[in-house]
Amino acid sequence: MTAVAEHPPAERVDADPALRVEGLTVDIRTITGTVRAVDQVTFAAHRGETLALLGESGCGKSMTATAVVGLLEPVAEVTSGSARLADVDLLAVDRKKRRQMAGTELAIVFQDALTALNPLYTVGTQLAEPFRIHQGMKAKEAKRKAVELMARVGIPQPEERMNSYPHQFSGGMRQRLLIAMAVALNPRVLIADEPTTALDVTVQAQIMALLKSLRSEYDMAVVLITHDLALVAEEADRVAVMYAGSIVETGSVAEVFADPKHPYTKGLLNSVPVNAERGAHLKSIGGAPPDLHSIPKGCVYQARCPLASDVCRSTRPTLQPTGAKRKSACHFPEEVTNV
Amino acid sequence: MSTQLDLVPVKPTTAIVGADDSKRSGRSLWFRMLVNDRVAACAAAVLALVFLTALIGPMLMGHLATHIDLDNSNQAPFTLAHGWANVLGTDPLGRSMLARLIVACQTTLSVAIPAVVISAVVGSVVGMWAGYYRGWRETIAMRVADVIMSFPSLLLAVVVLYVFSPSAANIVLVLAITRIPVYLRTARAESAELSSRIFVDAARTFGASGTSIITRHVLPIVLPTLLTVATLDFCYVMLAESSLSFLGIGIQPPDVSWGLMVAQGRTYLHTAWWLSFFPGLAIVITTVSATILAAWARIATDPAQRWRLTVPQKRLSRFAKTTKALS
Amino acid sequence: MSDQERADAHTTTDEPLLSVRDLSKSFRVPGGKGKLSALDGIDLDLARGQTLGLVGESGCGKSTLARTLMMLERPEAGTVRFDGIDPFALRGKDLLKFRRRVQMVFQDPYASLNARMTAGDIIAEPWRTHKGLYKSKADRDMRVRGLLDLVGLGAKAVDKYPQEFSGGQRQRIGIARALALDPDVIICDEPVSALDLSVQAQVLNLLNELQKELKISYVFISHDLSVVRHVADRVAVMYLGRIVENGPTEAVFDTPQHPYTAALVSAAPKLEAAQRGERILLKGEVPSPLNPPSGCRFRTRCWKATDVCAQERPPVALDLKVVGHSAECHHPLTEDQPTLSRTA
Repeated sequence: MTAVAEHPPAERVDADPALRVEGLTVDIRTITGTVRAVDQVTFAAHRGETLALLGESGCGKSMTATAVVGLLEPVAEVTSGSARLADVDLLAVDRKKRRQMAGTELAIVFQDALTALNPLYTVGTQLAEPFRIHQGMKAKEAKRKAVELMARVGIPQPEERMNSYPHQFSGGMRQRLLIAMAVALNPRVLIADEPTTALDVTVQAQIMALLKSLRSEYDMAVVLITHDLALVAEEADRVAVMYAGSIVETGSVAEVFADPKHPYTKGLLNSVPVNAERGAHLKSIGGAPPDLHSIPKGCVYQARCPLASDVCRSTRPTLQPTGAKRKSACHFPEEVTNV
Repeated sequence: MSTQLDLVPVKPTTAIVGADDSKRSGRSLWFRMLVNDRVAACAAAVLALVFLTALIGPMLMGHLATHIDLDNSNQAPFTLAHGWANVLGTDPLGRSMLARLIVACQTTLSVAIPAVVISAVVGSVVGMWAGYYRGWRETIAMRVADVIMSFPSLLLAVVVLYVFSPSAANIVLVLAITRIPVYLRTARAESAELSSRIFVDAARTFGASGTSIITRHVLPIVLPTLLTVATLDFCYVMLAESSLSFLGIGIQPPDVSWGLMVAQGRTYLHTAWWLSFFPGLAIVITTVSATILAAWARIATDPAQRWRLTVPQKRLSRFAKTTKALS
Repeated sequence: MSDQERADAHTTTDEPLLSVRDLSKSFRVPGGKGKLSALDGIDLDLARGQTLGLVGESGCGKSTLARTLMMLERPEAGTVRFDGIDPFALRGKDLLKFRRRVQMVFQDPYASLNARMTAGDIIAEPWRTHKGLYKSKADRDMRVRGLLDLVGLGAKAVDKYPQEFSGGQRQRIGIARALALDPDVIICDEPVSALDLSVQAQVLNLLNELQKELKISYVFISHDLSVVRHVADRVAVMYLGRIVENGPTEAVFDTPQHPYTAALVSAAPKLEAAQRGERILLKGEVPSPLNPPSGCRFRTRCWKATDVCAQERPPVALDLKVVGHSAECHHPLTEDQPTLSRTA
């Protein structure tokens, strides 16, 4: 087993994935017609590993997560696809079964901790809730477990702070509370939707360290949704890059970032101001993300792609292998290095 | 972070497929927006009719309103047996209801509109000023508003109109003063919230004075809310005027207003219901139309919401239906 | 004065354009909780045509500093000298004239534009207050089109409302508005934080071009160290109302003197593995500005803190290798450099 210095061994990828999403498609009905927000998204997350869903705003990464968890808004609808977790298709089961799995098998952490916590209940009550509901514990026992949990996620003086309200905590502390609630029942899969975007960089470092240690302690599969490339480079093992609702490239972070096989990935990497000479022109991607109402025929990225040609305009590329365990949806993956 | 509903089109004013961008300003746009919303169009038509009646009605029908005909007193409506002018019935003195309604329209509007306008202007200006600057200005303005509000308005009206004569001008003044707090508080609240918005900060950074910021930024945003409040207030003022008439200190006969007609018809409710009913109906129709039009104006003046009025109505209702949540 | 004339006039002098000494500002907290000390003795210099980066986390006071430099807040103590003038002593017409020289670009492209005004109105708004600049409507229209061109938006944008633009385009409108008065200094308060990565690069390129062409100075506030590194000539690091380190960008980021700077740099995720060093995890949280720690404000989280840090305000420690690089610390890091870059 050759161990890569910064990321866990790659052999886990062969094992059965904890969460396998296939062909997920979500449509939204708007006033001017139906919009395809997520288009045939397929990915797999393995235990002990972090998969990053990387993309800019509007690419559908958050909607993919909310679709899997079952929190879509009424105007959005899953029109096809499956999300298999522990032999159960989350998108096909009934409400009761899904509720059983929430927290025990699948958990989600959102960006804005203040709105995700109920301001009227103390923190202790909210943390004890998963234990009382899913494991039928008595109140005292559940509170004890809640204190343990708070200590585990690094909240100082947990016994006293049990009786505080969410607004009395700082942003970083609230995010720890959310994470605590999410991992309380040792779920198989943890989805983190932009968990640190609203936090300071030093707090972000603490939270990501916490997530990493929880991941190995509970052997969870973590799906990290973010737009921050540097964060993906440091914290994730595998990455799936999304653009306009589709996945355009997948692979291990080390490989994809060192040698991208899709022009969008390359464009993103060029946009990060790293090592560029001060004041030098950043090779940004021209134009703007497409209006989801008018996605063109053919490749979704054609309007901004320097490699676009006739075949790109007529045929939509599908995810094709470009190496061992990596794929790209591009007609000219080998020419990306010249971009 | 964008939410799912941020996927509403980036260019909402071109929501009609194929609509061209160039027709975006000018009177044609407003007209199209009004026509597209059928309910608002009806309301506008009704209001136009009411104003027209107030303007020229008395000239045409004035004499009929005062023509006493005791043989025809308290005739029921909806019959042409007593002449076309009496199609809505007659009052105890045999005067035509229709004619009286038309003449009363002018009186009522000439009391209600000035009262609403005065209270709206004074209340809004003071409110916006107090809300923008905060501090002692805000405190004083709010306390004044509290004082006015805590006076039973009818009592104040009775006292004032009893001491001075109940002329139309005094009635307008009294009604205006008692209604100022509503505008003051609304304007102050919105102005205070807006004064901390970033685009207001931006205006401060290039040295704009408080007055110009209020005129340029606060007023256009607060105006639709004030308009809505004003139309509701319009109804209140008309009814308040009727209470005053009921107490005998409002519009004095032989002048006639809808409120006075309602008050006068009260004793005949069992026998001649139409005496109170039709003026009451007139009040309701006018205020409802004004409210509907204010709601339309609120959307039409907001560039972000304008697209709702350019999309065909059928599409709007399909969008409003939602499926069961997936769970 | 045309852009070119101003640019020429300014290349001749060495005096800093903006000079701040000992600036302090605190706010009274309602409810009798005391005073919130937002800025405590800030010293800053900004040269012409240069970009000063201001980094710090939430609660450090960088927004208050930005607002004070924009004269939206009045400082309690300290001096501000802009080209030798004290702006807070100006009144009336002089004050109005001065305001043209410093403008601001805001963070939130959605909140900083009035949604009921067209792009053209928004850009032209400053001239409504400064009426002498472009007297005729034709002049104003031409200048608006020129500004739209300068920021990379087409002339058709003039009649469109903000919600018809994307975030990056709105930010360009904000930049055009800031340029409308031909300022010498633009304070950019997190101008790209709310934008997508690809758009961020476009706007950064734009800001760079504008600086080269118009010789504008920037005060660039950001929490994103990689962005600051790309645009700033000098960097000042803020913590709880004080500037803890100040110097040329490379010196501050590569060889930080102050422990907080080192922690900040190590905490920021980096795209290239070669730039990552040992991660310093600070203990605890930022203390409340209502009750800042005595002596050195950073001592509650600093791994190098000793007794003297609680007793005395830290002195200014100069970096002997780099001119103009200093930090205020009792135990600056020059003695034992932490590993900031891997050798392999």
